[in-house]
Amino acid sequence: MSVVQAGAPELRPPAHRLDRRVVRYWTLRAGGGWLLLLVAQSVWLLLAHDGRRDAHLVALLVTAVVGVAHTCVMPSWRYRVHRWEATPDALFTQTGWLVEDRRIAPVSRIQTVDTTRGPLEQVLGLTNVTVTTASAAGPLIIQGLDHTTASELVAELTRLAQDTEDDAT
Amino acid sequence: MSAAATSADEETPWRRLHPRMLLVHPLHELVRALPLLVATLVVGVSTGEGGLWSLVASAGAVLLGPLRWYTTQYRITPKQVQLRRGLVQRQVTAVPRERVRSIDVTAHLLHRMLGLARVEIGTGSNERGAEGRLKLDALRAADADRVRAELFRTDMDGPRARELAAFQPAWLRYAPLNVGGPVLLGLLAVLLNEVHLEPWDTAPAHALADQLRGAHPWTGVLEAVLVAVVCTTTASTLFYAVMFGNFRLSRLPDGALQTAHGLLTTRTVTVEERRIRGVEIGETLPVRALGGARCVAVTTGLRPGRGGGTLLVPSAPVAEVRRLAGEALGDAGPVECALTPHPRKALRRRIVRAVTVGVAVAALFAAAVRWSSLPVWPWPAVAAVLPVAVLVAFDAYRSLGHAQAGPYLVGRSGVLVRRRWALSRQGVVGLRLRRSFFQRRAGLVTFIATTAAGRRRYTLPDLDVAEAVRIAREVTPGLLDPFLTPAAAATGAVGDEALPHARSARSGTRSAGEG
Repeated sequence: MSVVQAGAPELRPPAHRLDRRVVRYWTLRAGGGWLLLLVAQSVWLLLAHDGRRDAHLVALLVTAVVGVAHTCVMPSWRYRVHRWEATPDALFTQTGWLVEDRRIAPVSRIQTVDTTRGPLEQVLGLTNVTVTTASAAGPLIIQGLDHTTASELVAELTRLAQDTEDDAT
Repeated sequence: MSAAATSADEETPWRRLHPRMLLVHPLHELVRALPLLVATLVVGVSTGEGGLWSLVASAGAVLLGPLRWYTTQYRITPKQVQLRRGLVQRQVTAVPRERVRSIDVTAHLLHRMLGLARVEIGTGSNERGAEGRLKLDALRAADADRVRAELFRTDMDGPRARELAAFQPAWLRYAPLNVGGPVLLGLLAVLLNEVHLEPWDTAPAHALADQLRGAHPWTGVLEAVLVAVVCTTTASTLFYAVMFGNFRLSRLPDGALQTAHGLLTTRTVTVEERRIRGVEIGETLPVRALGGARCVAVTTGLRPGRGGGTLLVPSAPVAEVRRLAGEALGDAGPVECALTPHPRKALRRRIVRAVTVGVAVAALFAAAVRWSSLPVWPWPAVAAVLPVAVLVAFDAYRSLGHAQAGPYLVGRSGVLVRRRWALSRQGVVGLRLRRSFFQRRAGLVTFIATTAAGRRRYTLPDLDVAEAVRIAREVTPGLLDPFLTPAAAATGAVGDEALPHARSARSGTRSAGEG
């Protein structure tokens, strides 16, 4: 393959996206968090009797604007970024939105493979897969897969990781 | 054969800790309870129920000592180190000898008076708690040495250890710049407070304070600063001298490195050389200004997070530190080699960051002056500091560098503490590439190698994307290959646009709003 422009090969993003439902999950979670804050602020506003109502009002407005913007923008942005891919030798994930984080771990160095499912995720039918290596820094987390994909991935990684002994500790 | 080994395992007799250790715990408790005892018995101060209960607790601890001694046993079988303890709930901890990474023999003053030492066996376990370590508190000093020799299969009558370095009085010039002093002063203050002695509440202290108040305010401040400087300097120097006054680094004949130090509490740490994953040379700003540095070995199995590894050399001249770091790695290359500077865009990022933060803080203060009763001086002060911040940004950029030397990846960064680390490729258990919004725009990326040893993550900030990929490919050969595309699509700027040309057969979900 001839490369016209001088340059080294590039790291492409991982191949697979998450389950589309994860956008709804992120939206609900972010929206819920902001709503809680708004409720708390409103209560405070109603209880405040001194003359600082305008300051409260301004703060409430700022929270509302930031909250709505975050809840609208973050989930779809995240969905565009979050990706994963597993090969027999490596697991590759890409997460984040403002800060994009790519993590690559050799399958031979995998120590544990866990799945977790919060209550909201159960309702939406989503599963998280967490893969740790011998390093306490940087587990690979794939958020929001559908159950079948997740269990297939876990089975595959567990099988592959068992074949190796050395975890470089 | 394995059957024979198991039976040998079973036949190894259990050993007990040294009975003299029965004295250690009561004395320890006594020392701890001493202020209270003095307060209640001698001075006759009523300390209330809390004091009474803590005395009862101390007495209980003293009485439980023999029980603990009786129930704690250890043995070193051909395959494992085993520790058995507990009376009601018996607990056996077994660690394969293969997993033993380091041995730490510590003797506090009390231990030393009784000829004892505490042995801590570090394993490769990554747990944060004490799980990964076996503690034998305490053995006879000679037995502690024997356990160490046994575990590292050293012939005690064989060739002697070769000394690589020993403390030199000239090293003391770095001592006042260490942080140990202020910490020591703080501890002293707490201790004095604990025994209800308050030197600042005595006549001379009051006289001094009156004198300070009486004088011109600026002289007062000056004197106070002077007193503080003299105190911390003395304390730091003392601390350093007591800690490292007899420091020695040596290589044992069987390929282990050993550091020994401490005038009061002695500590001997032995690490197998083949377990050393790298070194880290740290220079705090003041020590760097005087041409000093310190060095730790990047290892697993020691208390995580504590200075990033096992101390190899305390603050000493940088040339000496480099020589010893090279000795520890068995290769001077990673320590001495020239480093590739990072792109100029990294400098711009640092300057922009310094200026933005400075201006924002100054603006905040200026706004505060306008809308509240804050004094005027803070915001010009912050503005005046700005040039210094820019200088710091330049220094931060000058610190940045990386290289590959043999099997080692080398990196350097930091201003307040400049660290140069070398990490062995075989210790790397994962890679991370982080790009913030602004880094994506600048075409930079932060490269992070994760490992089970030392700091767990070693970072090269603000690399060119292509350079980061090149390093990643060298550190973990073949790992990245399935994820690489030729740079044909490169149009200069690498950003989110990288997504579309990564069509995959299996990502068949709708991707609306993309591109």
